[in-house]
Amino acid sequence: MPYFDLSETPLRELNRALHAIAPGANDREFEVANPRGSHAVAVGCQAPVAVTIKGSVGYYCAGMNSAATITVHGSAGPGVAENMMSGTVIVEGDASQYAGATGRGGLLVIKGNAASRCGISMKGIDIVVHGDIGHMSAFMGQSGHLVVLGNAGDALGDSLYEAKLFVRGTVKSLGADCVEKEMRPEHHAVLAALLEKAGVTGVETTEFKRYGSARKLYNFNIDNADAY
Amino acid sequence: MTYHNPPTPPRKSATFDDASLAEIRRAAATGIYDIRGGGTKKKLPHFDDLSFLGASMSRYPLEGYRERCDTSVTLGTRFAAKPLHLKIPITIAGMSFGALSGPAKEALGRGATLSGTSTTTGDGGMTDEERGHSDLLVYQYLPSRYGMNPADLRRADAIEIVIGQGAKPGGGGMLLGQKISDRVAEMRTLPKGIDQRSACRHPDWTGPDDLEIKILELREITDWEKPIYIKVGGSRPYYDTALAVKAGADVVVVDGMQGGTAATQDVFIENVGQPTLACIRPAVKALQDLGMHRKVQLVVSGGIRNGADVAKALALGADAVSIGTAALVAIGDNDPKWEREYNALGTTAGAYDDWHEGKDPAGITTQDPELAARLDPVAAGRRLANYLKVMTLEAQTIARACGHNHLHNLEPEDLCALTIEAAAMAQVPLAGTDWIPGKTGL
Repeated sequence: MPYFDLSETPLRELNRALHAIAPGANDREFEVANPRGSHAVAVGCQAPVAVTIKGSVGYYCAGMNSAATITVHGSAGPGVAENMMSGTVIVEGDASQYAGATGRGGLLVIKGNAASRCGISMKGIDIVVHGDIGHMSAFMGQSGHLVVLGNAGDALGDSLYEAKLFVRGTVKSLGADCVEKEMRPEHHAVLAALLEKAGVTGVETTEFKRYGSARKLYNFNIDNADAY
Repeated sequence: MTYHNPPTPPRKSATFDDASLAEIRRAAATGIYDIRGGGTKKKLPHFDDLSFLGASMSRYPLEGYRERCDTSVTLGTRFAAKPLHLKIPITIAGMSFGALSGPAKEALGRGATLSGTSTTTGDGGMTDEERGHSDLLVYQYLPSRYGMNPADLRRADAIEIVIGQGAKPGGGGMLLGQKISDRVAEMRTLPKGIDQRSACRHPDWTGPDDLEIKILELREITDWEKPIYIKVGGSRPYYDTALAVKAGADVVVVDGMQGGTAATQDVFIENVGQPTLACIRPAVKALQDLGMHRKVQLVVSGGIRNGADVAKALALGADAVSIGTAALVAIGDNDPKWEREYNALGTTAGAYDDWHEGKDPAGITTQDPELAARLDPVAAGRRLANYLKVMTLEAQTIARACGHNHLHNLEPEDLCALTIEAAAMAQVPLAGTDWIPGKTGL
């Protein structure tokens, strides 16, 4: 198993090695020790490898991930898994702001809390947060799912497009054009599958409320000017 | 005795002129601000307000057509392993597929490639056609991240992080529903036909300290190969340039308020930002103060029209310029041959700016397949290449007359200003004097 101790090895060597994985390579499990809050750890992965990070990371860990499974045994700084395309990123601790920002695919699981702007501008990523999320989460969310087992902060889903939001706890306030919607059978099915993928047990989909776009801001209307 | 007021000819107000009156009536009738494309239409201090001094007793000119005058420039020499080597210091600015038709983007790529220069994507991502027809393609990294993906990041030749643009510094993008076709909607992960809003600030960083880390991430993902540009609108060019350098940029792009946009509010275009002429010297000074002039390259855009403008921008310290509106005109935008159709749209060739409506008779700012098919990308690419060649020859002509064997050897001392405003903004002496307004001790 390739092993990188970031207290001794430059970050560049880790990312270079991850980018150089040839199709069919045998070494498919990487371990990273002593990240010590380093930024841009394991970014731009393109191969279906497993990367285990033993400690907390700084900004943009697992940024633009494709195919890899990256687990952070600690907490993550801003922008974890930003613009992820596919694969899985798991944060065992908390995540700072912009978690999963602009993500286009894959699954991001945060076992602690996520700060503000979780899932901002999400474009297809699925995000499951075991704890709470901060304000302005899913702002301008275009596609994908944000599942929150705890509570959501202010202005959830402001200017939302077609991302689907499920919150089990309370929502402090909804953003412009975000409304509560009916949980139909297909939503229960989608949510159940996401909870299972994220390893959540002992929770029923009936405990969640669904939020989505009212679609009133999709085309400019002067009578909605107060919302702009 | 009765007083008779003698007749006087009608006099219109300079303040409430025809355009102002028309806008008041339009606003009252519709309840919505005016949206349009292009840049400011105001008369602003510009390159026309500068003149080259030429050779004289103290300067020795080069022979026109005989003595070499180099035009090459390399962008991205600071950190990137693969900087861009351009034959001419004129690049094509970022304009999106979505705002422009597929054939228009292809034409821009073809023209740039024929000329040995780069073209740039825009909000909405990279198309295969654009990549295929562009030898050197700069990939814009925008707040919306529409279509952003690491594969396109890797197949780009450079990355341009867009903080702002001259037409609307501080504003996001806009693509109205008429232009959100199936393909545009798919590329941007949006429903078809909606009015698309692009965010005005990046979703995952705030401020130059964060940006430094964002640039580290982009460099790590692309293995430190690609030059990274930072593009700012012309608002605070000294500080924006200094902070871009601090954040780790290889290239800084400063776009003045004559720079165009696909669509935004007219009030924004006309009332926010600084003229291009006012942006260059502060940006150059920031680079000089940091010891980074010519190490971090400066690209200037906004209202560049001819080789004289190119030469003047370079003389003021830019390493290259970028053109958008002029490139569109070169490939056929606002061509009088479509005059009848412009008239039918309530406008005239040269004034058509409702690019957001997608009805462009020239087939450039549209997603209508029938209109887009009017533009032959091969012929249009050749027109752009011809135009770039003329601009380059013009700039060389001026440089030789000033005694320089490279366009980059042009300097502020080659210039004088024709107005006090231009003298102050460009920081060159007013013609016939040694006075630079705002400079003491001269």
